[in-house]
This record gives sequence, C-alpha cells and structure tokens, in this order.
Amino acid sequence: MTPFRYEKPADTAGAVEISRRAPAARYLAGGTNLVDLMRETIERPETLVDVSHLSGEIRDIDGGGLRIGAGVKNTAVAAHRSVRERYPLLTQAILSGASAQIRNMASVGGNIMQRTRCLYFYDDASRCNKREPGAGCDALQGFTRNHAILGGSASCVATHPSDMCVALAALDASVQLEGPRGARRSLNLTDLHRLPGNTPEIETGLQPGELITAVELHPNRFANRCSYRKVRDRASFAFALVSVAAALDLADDGSIREARLALGGVAHKPWRARTAEALLAGKQPAETQFRQAADAELSAARPLPHNAFKIELVKRVIVSSFVALAQRKEASA
Amino acid sequence: MTPANPAMRRFGTIGQPVSRLDGPLKVAGAARFAAEVRPERLAYAAIVPAAVAKGHVIAIDAADARATRGVIAIMTHENAPRMGRPPRFIEDPDGTAFDSSPVMQDNRVRWNGQAVAVVIAENQDIAEHAASLVRVSYSPEAAKLSFQALLLSARRPASILGQPTEVNAGGDAEQALASARFTVDEIYTTPRYNHNAIELHALTAVWEAEDRLTLHDSTQMLALTVSTLARVLDLPKDHIRVLSPFVGGGFGGKGFFSHTLLAIAAAKLAGRPVRLVLSREGVFRLIGGRANSRQRVALGARSDGTLTALIHTGATGVMTGTIFPEQFTFPARHLYAADSLHLDQAIVELDIPANIAMRAPGESIGSFALESALDELAAKLDLDPVELRRRNEPQKDPTDGRAFSTRNIVEAYRRGAERFGWSNRNPAPGTQRDGEWSIGQGVATAYYPYYRFPGSAARIRITADGRAVVQAAAHEMGMGTATVQSQHAAQLLGLPLDRVTFEYGDTALPPSALAGGSTQTASIAGAVIAAHERLVEELLRLAGNDSPLAGAGPKEVETRNGGLFRKGDQEIGESYETILRRAGRDHAECEAVGTPPAEMMNYSMLSLGAQFCEVRVNDITGEVRVARWLGSFDTGRILNPKTAASQFRGGIIMGIGMALTEETLFDERSGRIMNPSLAEYHLPVHLDVPQIDVIWTDIPDPQSPAGVHGIGEIGITGCAGAIANAIYNATGTRIRELPITPDKVLAFTSQPYGQSRPLSS
Ligand SMILES: Cc1cc2nc3c(=O)[nH]c(=O)nc-3n(C[C@H](O)[C@H](O)[C@H](O)COP(=O)(O)OP(=O)(O)OC[C@H]3O[C@@H](n4cnc5c(N)ncnc54)[C@H](O)[C@@H]3O)c2cc1C
Ligand code: SF4
Repeated sequence: MTPFRYEKPADTAGAVEISRRAPAARYLAGGTNLVDLMRETIERPETLVDVSHLSGEIRDIDGGGLRIGAGVKNTAVAAHRSVRERYPLLTQAILSGASAQIRNMASVGGNIMQRTRCLYFYDDASRCNKREPGAGCDALQGFTRNHAILGGSASCVATHPSDMCVALAALDASVQLEGPRGARRSLNLTDLHRLPGNTPEIETGLQPGELITAVELHPNRFANRCSYRKVRDRASFAFALVSVAAALDLADDGSIREARLALGGVAHKPWRARTAEALLAGKQPAETQFRQAADAELSAARPLPHNAFKIELVKRVIVSSFVALAQRKEASA
Repeated sequence: MTPANPAMRRFGTIGQPVSRLDGPLKVAGAARFAAEVRPERLAYAAIVPAAVAKGHVIAIDAADARATRGVIAIMTHENAPRMGRPPRFIEDPDGTAFDSSPVMQDNRVRWNGQAVAVVIAENQDIAEHAASLVRVSYSPEAAKLSFQALLLSARRPASILGQPTEVNAGGDAEQALASARFTVDEIYTTPRYNHNAIELHALTAVWEAEDRLTLHDSTQMLALTVSTLARVLDLPKDHIRVLSPFVGGGFGGKGFFSHTLLAIAAAKLAGRPVRLVLSREGVFRLIGGRANSRQRVALGARSDGTLTALIHTGATGVMTGTIFPEQFTFPARHLYAADSLHLDQAIVELDIPANIAMRAPGESIGSFALESALDELAAKLDLDPVELRRRNEPQKDPTDGRAFSTRNIVEAYRRGAERFGWSNRNPAPGTQRDGEWSIGQGVATAYYPYYRFPGSAARIRITADGRAVVQAAAHEMGMGTATVQSQHAAQLLGLPLDRVTFEYGDTALPPSALAGGSTQTASIAGAVIAAHERLVEELLRLAGNDSPLAGAGPKEVETRNGGLFRKGDQEIGESYETILRRAGRDHAECEAVGTPPAEMMNYSMLSLGAQFCEVRVNDITGEVRVARWLGSFDTGRILNPKTAASQFRGGIIMGIGMALTEETLFDERSGRIMNPSLAEYHLPVHLDVPQIDVIWTDIPDPQSPAGVHGIGEIGITGCAGAIANAIYNATGTRIRELPITPDKVLAFTSQPYGQSRPLSS
C-alpha cells in the first residue's frame, strides 16, 4: 500500500473542500473496496478523506419518499423498517450481496462507487484501459465469464458489481451530490454510471471532488410485487453472474400498469431494461409476454468467449421473476 | 486456565470423543504460530513476483524501494547468499522439495509469479510498499502454457510415486472393451486447484550464528526440511533446528517451497531475524496446487454388470521436469475386479509452478472420473449403482493379487445406504421435484491407500511422580495429532490422559516422518509402541530382585493402572512411582524407531468409503446445492470419533468445493493465475455445506499399528463423483467437467425457458 494522508472533516462541505484542494484525494467510507484496491496498489490516493461518519441518517421526505444518507451502512439500510415495508426490493438486493461482515462496513455511497471486479483490472501485470487509458484490455481475449453482454466496447467489457444499485435503478432512485462551494445537484441513479465507450476510466457522471450525500427513493406501488434474484457460483458471498430486479404494478383488470426491470452482472452499469418495460406496459401478464420482453431487451446482447450463457440465463430469471410476481397474491409482500 | 475436559481424568480413552487438547489454547489466541514469533531485531520481508512466465530478468530498478525509509535490504539473484539446489521429495531420501530449481541464484524466470526480489524492511507495511516500487524488466521467452495445445506431446513419467506408470492385467483391455456388451467410454476433465489453508505460509528465520539456523516454520515436513536445508545450505543437520508447534491447516501445502529459502537467505543477507508471511496472492503464486487433468475412463461390462474391461488413462499438466504426476489411476488399481485392466498416465510439461500434494492428490480427481463412469454404466445397465459396485468387489487386489489386510466396503455401503435412505431414491433421472428444483441422489466410492512411512521415532519418559512425557517431532495441523497420540500413549502406559504429555513440533525431538499421505497417526503410533516395548524392558530391569515382578520376562508383564503388572494377574505388580523410587531414579526413558512398514509389502491395504449425497438443481438457473451428505467409511480403528469426524467432514467440504465452486483461473497467454484471492477463488461457504453425517465400520486392521488407517485424505475422494452422479439423477444431465458451475448445467438445457408453459394463477 502506498503511504497516504488521512483527513477526517467535520462535515460534507469540509470533505468536498479538502478534496478540491488535494486532487489525488479519495473519499473513504467503509473501505471494503477502496482499501482492498490500495493494498493491490491499483488505487494510490495521496489523501484519504474519511466520510464514514457523515450523512448517516434515513428519513422520510416530503411527498412520501425516503432519503437515505450516503454514510448509512448497507446492513442498516436493509434492516430499516421503512425500507423493508416500502422498498423490499432494496432490502433483498442488499442482503444478497457480499457477506454480513462486509455489509456491516459498507456504505451506500461506497456501494454506488465501488469498482469493477474484472480480474485484469485487479492484476497490475495485466493491461487495462480503465487503469491506464490506452494500454489495451487483456480481458477481451481472457477470462470473460464475469464480463458484460450489454453495452460493452472495444475498450472495456467490465461489469459494475453492485447488487444494491440494480434495485436502486429499478426503483428510479436519485442520487444527491454536493460539489465545491456548496453546489448541490441530483442525478438519477441510472444516469450516474456510464457505459465504457472509449473512456472506461470515466465511470460515473460525478465531477472531480463531488460527494454523494444521499439517495432518494420516491413513492411507488411495487412493494407487493417486487423481487431481486441473483445467480452466482456459490450460495453466498459471490458476485452476481447475473441478477434481476423486477417489479410489477397490476391494474384492477389484472393488466400490467407498470413493470420495472433492472439487470446486474450484464453491463458496465446497472442495466435498466426500458425496452422490456415498454413492451410489458398495458399487457396482460403471460409467460410468453415476459419472454418476448426479455428477448427484446437482450437482442442487443453481444457475448464474449465465456459469457454467452448469461444471455439465456438472464432471460430465464427475468421470466421466472415476473411470472412469480404476477402470481403473487396482493397481500403477500 | 484450561476448562475441565472430563476425559482428562479417565483411563482408556481410545475410541472416546476426546476434545482437542489444543482447543482452549487456540480459542484463547495463546497458540503461537510461526508468524507470531518475535525475536529481537526482527525484520520483515515482502516478495516481488515475476510478471512473465519464462525468460530472464535483465534489470531490476530498486532505487525507489531502496530510498524508502525503513528498508533494510533488497535481495535479488545478484546479491542473494549462495545456496544449492534443493533435493526433491521421493527422488532423494533427504529431499522435500517438489521443485529442485535453484532459488534466487540466477536470473531465470521459470513461472509467472516466481519471486524475483525480496524487500526486507523494519515492518511489513514498509516492506510491501517498497516491493510495489521495485521495477523489473525481462527478456521474455516463449513459454509452454497451453495444456490442450501440448496434449499431443504428453509423455509418460518414469513412475507414479515409485509405482509403475502403466498397469496391464488380464489381457488386452481395449479389445475386451470393443467386444463388450455394455460400454462407457468418456473423457473427464478437472481444473487446477490451489491451496487455501486459513493460515498463510509463514516463517521466522533466525541465524543464531554464522552456521546455526533456527527456523520457525509452518510445515508438515519437519525432519525433511532439516535434511533438505542441510544440503542446500551445506550445514550439518544438527546445526539446523526447525520448530512448528502449530500449523493452521496443511492439506499437503505446508512444506518446503521457494519461500522457505527466501526467508532464510533474507535473514542471512540482512544479518537479522526475518519473518516472511506470504500474502494470499503470494500463496497462489509461489505454492503450487493440484494439477489439471484430462482423463479417459472406459468400462466394458456384461449384462450382469461384471466388468470385462477397465481402462483409465489420461494426462496432467505439470511443471517441466516434475516428479509428481498426480496418481489419478491409483483408485482403479485396487477398487474393482475387472477381467482386464489398462491404466496409464502421462504428463504435459508446462512453465508453471510445480504442482504439489493437495489432499488426496490424484485419488481425488481420479475417483471423480472413475466413479462417474461407473454411474454411467449403472444407468446403461439399469442397475443400482451400489449393487454394480458390489458385483465388482474383488477378492484380492486386482493389480498385484495380494490379499487385502481388511476390506469392508460392502458393509460400509450397506450401512450407508440404510442410514441415507438410498432405497427411497427413484433411479429414473429427473423424477424428483420441489418447485423449480430438481432433486437427485448420487453415490461414489471413496478410496485412499494405506501408507506408513519408515523411520519415525518416539521417546517415552516416565517420571517418579507417575507421569509420562511422549516425544516425537510430529506435526499438529489442527487434526488432533497431539490429542490422539496422547490418548494412544496413555492407553498403552495405563495412565489417565491428564498424566501424559505429548511433545511435538520440534526437530530437537526424535524425528518423525512427514505428515503426508495420511500416515502420521499410524507412523507415530508404531514408534510409540516400539518405545513402549523398550520401556517395559527398562522398567523390569529397574524393578530388580526386590520387586514382586522379579523373575518375570518382558513378555510376561504389561503396563496398566499406572504401573507394571504381571499379565493375567490383577494383583502382582507395582506402580511406576514405586519402581523408580526404589531404583533411586527420578525417571526412566526409552527411545525407539517404529518397526519397518512390512505390512505394506505383504498386503494390499486400503482405506475405503461410500459417499452418498443429495443435490438440488435449479431448473431456471442451473445452480446446484448439496442438500444432504452421508459418508460411510472403512478406515480401520477410529481412535477418537470427534477428531476423526472432523477429518472426514473437512475432506467432504473440500470435495464439495472441488466439485462445484473451486477453480484456479490460469491465463494461458501469460501463465498468470488471475483469481489469486478468496473473493474470486470460490471456496465453499457455510451456505454451500449441508449437514454432513459420517459413520464408520471401526473394524481394526490386524496388520497396522493400533489397527488404524490414515483418515486425513479419504474424505475428499469420491465427493465430486457422488455430486456429479446426483446431478445426473436429478436432471438426466451428465457433466464430466469440473467444477460444475451453473453455466455448465444450463448448457444442457435445450428448451428455452418461458415459451411453453401456460401461466396458471
Ligand atoms: C469479498 C467481497 C465480496 C463482495 N461481494 C459483493 C456482492 O456480492 N455484491 C455487492 O453488491 N457488493 C459486493 N462487495 C462490494 C461491497 O458492496 C463494496 O465493497 C462496498 O459496498 C463498498 O462500500 P464502502 O463503504 O466500503 O466503500 P469504500 O471502499 O470506502 O469506497 C469505495 C469507493 O467509493 C468512493 N466513495 C465512498 N463514499 C463516497 C461518497 N459518499 N461519495 C463519493 N464517493 C464515495 C470511494 O472513494 C471509493 O472509490 C463485495 C466486497 C468484497 C470485498
Ligand atoms: S474489461 Fe475493462 S476493466 Fe477489465 S481489463 Fe479490460 S479495460 Fe480493464
């Protein structure tokens, strides 16, 4: 690990200010990803700005939504009563990730900003455009089992590893940011992460020094019909091969008023499946309908040497998730 | 304070579930491991691994590293102390290395990840940081890395652990196969696996003088480490002392590798004691694992299931010039009566680190192929797989015709099947369901040879206060060695357990054979038995003419109830205290070497078992979950059911990992392991492991010391076969490639899900 300076600001403004002055600074939350990467010398910040004690509350917001501070631990989010009752999708997604120990340390902000698990990104003897722009990508012809089937580029085919973010994408969450001199803005989570294009080193729409302060969830009608399903290589403590956050809102006549669908493990960002959603809106739920929607969403998929299986796999999980949700009795959430 | 262990006060605890004597120490953090020894002026080392698979180091730029505050020295091939090549295990009686390449003596790179520099610093953080600053340039050469591409150049090794590489018996097996009524002829593949004991490899090397070395090591090969070091360092053996009181898991991976010499050389170079603890990545890069394999198993059978041909051949991918081909054909040498037998092994030589022993090397992967093939045959014959095995039960060893010392596998199967509820299984694949899960049961034979290594010695000292100390340079890797040997010695000496102390883990004690090949319990028990015989003679001599035992010969007395007594007579005898006091001695002491393991020459000796499991396979995702396990073993007398059950269970858990989740991702372009971490190398986690039931026949082997067989390795054998067979029963899909990950299961699902079934609500 490369030696660094450690700062613990009193508030978010102070954090942003330190970060503005020290360009090679990184925010430190739970450290479960950042410290690992520092040990591998993949990340070499000169200054660590500890934000783990900031933005630590969950509260209701006007109009019925929920505001979750960026510093809230993943475990606390999953266990929070309002989250469990109003956004059970988020609870399920968080609990399917990592291990209890890691979730106890990991923060909401850190989870959103965690970096890819591409094996070549982690290995400093390999070429990686994300680590070193223009160096080349050793993953393309290497082990691509965990890589993208959607939205990849010739520069990078890495996936975003978060489970939580897949649920947040499906729930249309927005992310609150604070920039230098008190500049605040909000980004939809689906717009926060980027596809790699020619600049895989630029992973998010955050400006340098911008700090995530909170995630906001809006009221929704999905609490009774939503599920997060993750497929992985062992029963627990493994990243998703694919994951599916699905939600249905059925009208009185049983037709689909609105469907939500987001996919994990398939792209450089949590993949909001808007094509499939649009195909399902207004339809009567039917297995064939769901399959068609899944086929349409995945028609753009481009498999790599070891991950073609993900296409069929994710379709199956989409269909089975929606089928189960459609069959669910109204009361049983 | 050690909590009371009720067994401690008891006599005769053999066969009792005595808790591990080292348990309280470990729970309290008081057991001191090799990485925790802290001599004065201790320095810390970190390794710089090579980034190419083959070639030469042409320059090492260590200026930034050297300029880092706290760096003491940087060792490379240019300044490393001169050392000889380590003699190799098996090949050389002194040897314990798997790879005899010189360590940091030249600029050659032999595999990707080999150490090219070692940074020695005032603390571990500085050492690691400075190591990251060392820049190495190479002139790379084309390396041999693709097993598949080089398969055609596979060659036959001279022997398989001293056994013939090729075995043919009973005529031309290929011909018998060609004319067989029922046949199976398939290819099975297994990937590379890596060692991941919880304790990282660690050494603290202390040069007490220019020519005297004390090494605190985490090793399962104490005596051989000394003899190997004596050769490499050109020192008399008695100038080298190795201590290893606790090892945090061995599994074959804790031994003599390049890191051993790097720590010793670094300590010499720095002129200070040096601690080297490999990082988890370092363990993957420096310590070999299990070789990958491609195996063919072909079976020919009559309609009653009796085998007319058994062919097991194939190749493993090993380091160029290796001595360890992985004995995957060993199970087929002893398990089944076939009219004809053809077994052969080849190796593909690659520029990779030497593969090393890893819990049942060879037998684990070989039993996967063999036991899968048997299940395939059972399906073709429409015969119960347990019954198929029973019908092929040999009366004598199929390879060499020797008699079995003991063999109760049919009984183990019978008891196992009963307890598992095997008869409830529907043999038709794909018939048992629970929602979206398909359920199936599978079975496979577990096999591991009986070995006992010669040359183990033990010393017993009886003191005038009626206590005994038993000493042997044995290895405690958490299996319960110290506990079980204490039980055995206490039983022999007729003392309660709390009056016997077992001292081990130090080469200053009488030498023991290595803890490998599941041999240690029998090897040390044999030495203790020999020392005990001498002790009886010595006590009789000390008892003299004033003793009620006067005139009795050694064969006429026995040790029991805290003393020496005439056989068959409750009354006549004396306590140890009485004998020693009268003789004016504060102790009596005897040392002896165990009898040579002649039993291995005279008999075919095997440990056996039947592995039963139930799996659930998800129709939608291809995920496999092991739901239930029963292992039924025939492994001689069980000295301690508690520690034995842990060994069996641990082996089975490792077998589940081997079958379903573990795989070393080796990039054939670079020769680099791409998943050198526990995040990406998937060991089974708690949720992957079901309740594991283990039972055993407990029938002593009349030919082995104390009636015991080794049990450390057999647990992993048969597991992958049982799981693959259960998956077949669940789904009708036969997967012949490990590990069985969801994508492989899915590959066989032809129907695109979601187009057929109507939605019922
Ligand atoms: C073995 C292992 C298994 C795992 N398995 C899973 C899994 O199955 N599913 C899953 O989803 N995750 C998994 N994770 C990842 C885990 O969820 C993340 O490591 C964790 O969420 C990161 O949170 P943190 O607070 O520790 O972030 P840190 O490590 O502290 O930071 C991560 C990044 O976020 C930045 N950051 C932190 N806070 C902010 C902020 N407020 N504003 C802007 N930037 C910020 C940091 O600068 C850093 O770049 C696993 C991790 C490990 C180690
Ligand atoms: S896929 Fe992306 S992260 Fe992985 S090596 Fe290529 S550029 Fe780097």
